[in-house]
Amino acid sequence: MAEEIRILLAHADQIDPAQAEDYIKVGGYKGLEKARGMTSKDLIEEVKKSGLRGRGGAGFNAGMKWSFVPPAEVKYVVCNLDEGEPGTYKDRIICEKNAQALIEGMAICGVAINAQQGYIYCRGEYPFVVDLLRKAIQSAKDVGALGDFDIEVRMGAGAYVCGEETALIESIEGHRGEPRFKPPFPGVAGLWGVPTVVNNVETFACLPYILTNGADCFASIGAPKYPGTKVLTLTGDVNNPTYFEVPTNYILSDVVYKLGGGVKNGRKFKAVQVGGTSGAFIPEQNLNTPIDFDSMSAIGAALGSGAVLVMDETRDIVDIVTRISKFFEHESCGKCNPCREGTFRCREIMEKINSGRATEADIDNLLLLARVMKRAALCGLGQAAPVPITSTIEHFGHEYRRKLLQYA
Amino acid sequence: MANYQDIIASCKDKKGGIIEAYHALQREFNYIPREAVAEAARVFGVSEAQAYGVATFYSYLSVEKRGKYIVRMCESAPCHVAGADKVLKAMEDYLGIKVGETTADGKFTLELTECVGQCQATPVITVNSQPVFNVSSEKIPEILSAYK
Ligand SMILES: Cc1cc2nc3c(=O)[nH]c(=O)nc-3n(C[C@H](O)[C@H](O)[C@H](O)COP(=O)(O)O)c2cc1C
Ligand code: SF4
Ligand code: FES
Repeated sequence: MAEEIRILLAHADQIDPAQAEDYIKVGGYKGLEKARGMTSKDLIEEVKKSGLRGRGGAGFNAGMKWSFVPPAEVKYVVCNLDEGEPGTYKDRIICEKNAQALIEGMAICGVAINAQQGYIYCRGEYPFVVDLLRKAIQSAKDVGALGDFDIEVRMGAGAYVCGEETALIESIEGHRGEPRFKPPFPGVAGLWGVPTVVNNVETFACLPYILTNGADCFASIGAPKYPGTKVLTLTGDVNNPTYFEVPTNYILSDVVYKLGGGVKNGRKFKAVQVGGTSGAFIPEQNLNTPIDFDSMSAIGAALGSGAVLVMDETRDIVDIVTRISKFFEHESCGKCNPCREGTFRCREIMEKINSGRATEADIDNLLLLARVMKRAALCGLGQAAPVPITSTIEHFGHEYRRKLLQYA
Repeated sequence: MANYQDIIASCKDKKGGIIEAYHALQREFNYIPREAVAEAARVFGVSEAQAYGVATFYSYLSVEKRGKYIVRMCESAPCHVAGADKVLKAMEDYLGIKVGETTADGKFTLELTECVGQCQATPVITVNSQPVFNVSSEKIPEILSAYK
């Protein structure tokens, strides 16, 4: 059985993340030095070759994303530290244990696309991480590690949708965090209208390792098509509710039973929701699946943020999904109708089912509404909002039907 | 106490920094006074309607007066399954207010929040953004009585 592999968290709790000197002692900033010695084209090729794909949910090849950036006088590197997906705290852990790797990764991206300015957009729930990052950046500047690259930290203010990259850009610009129409993508016209690369914390933090150890080394870890490691956060009914860094070919059932130490209180397993609140519920028969992006997609689920919420046999699936539907109603920004109205109706129908006032026709309506939202919503929030509902109707339909009127 | 004009002026060099200014105001007052919204609009060169639109979009910003301690209950799924409902009820009983209200002495405001990213220790509440871990309804009086 595969063990934990620590790349991002290799020196966790052994170095002070605020101190660049500590990081340099364990080999830090070598990747950036190497990147500076390469042409931008070769650097982007190297990152492409590593197979590194975005850890923020969409799984897009990072080097490929950078290669789309057109020449321009001013460009920006933006780090997505909005981490709003419930059950997720891996970006906080990466910052708290290894903030310098994130800073180095952003600077490497700066070299690749020829940008001098970076922004970290940190969620408003983490003011202490904002303080840490500001210290860490200052320390990196003081030792001269960053050269002419600068990073500013901006704080969000409690809006899940600001994790969506164009909403995040709107928020840095000082506006309401409403997603933009795409295209143009941020790589072409992003922050203040100029080319902008937006990547997740974990994506940036992989780069020092890739540059220092070589693309092939990274590409050989984990699943061939989604290589590297993934930081997972376990919550719910497990004995070990904590974080782990595993190779991406790690099997989901090992996450629950080996890392998680199995279901709490000797109870039986019922379901696991992977990827946070917008993820699908996975039943026992699909547990034997690797956690990588493509394997999860193949079973109709998503790796997403890497949050893993385990539910035991006593959990009321319909009640949990009702709570989740409230989350999406609350977090919908209201810009587009399928999501503004759709998340409201989803919540309304879920409450009706949960309180025993619904009929089979309500479930049919819910499924129809889900299809419309998946196709017609402007951004990923509205598109993913019905996933917990449809995946539980599919795998746990009996729990819905048990609550319908005619069975009362 | 710093006045709101100075607080806003300290952020004026940050491009698009109106949200940073709002955070700075809230660190001082716990909410954004109406006259400060108007001042922020002027300093950042947007209409008052836009400045108000920003202040009301984000759940951590408030244009209504709030208490000295803003207590939030996380009710996202991991905290929900860990018993957030019971903890919330205990806080309402202890403080004698409902969600969204402020105690008569102006000390506590009770709010709901989605996941605050501390799910290793559910259920979680925050007091002025500092998380408190593994709370339970029984522990609420002891926890809240520590805030003077
Ligand atoms: C509603 C919504 C919320 C999102 N939240 C986050 C988030 O908290 N963190 C993140 O990195 N990406 C988030 N994303 C994905 C971003 O839009 C974007 O794809 C990502 O930051 C790109 O980085 P990556 O390529 O390194 O994954 C979210 C997307 C949507 C639609
Ligand atoms: S899908 Fe929802 S969150 Fe996204 S733009 Fe539409 S209303 Fe806003
Ligand atoms: S779900 Fe409550 S802190 Fe994450």
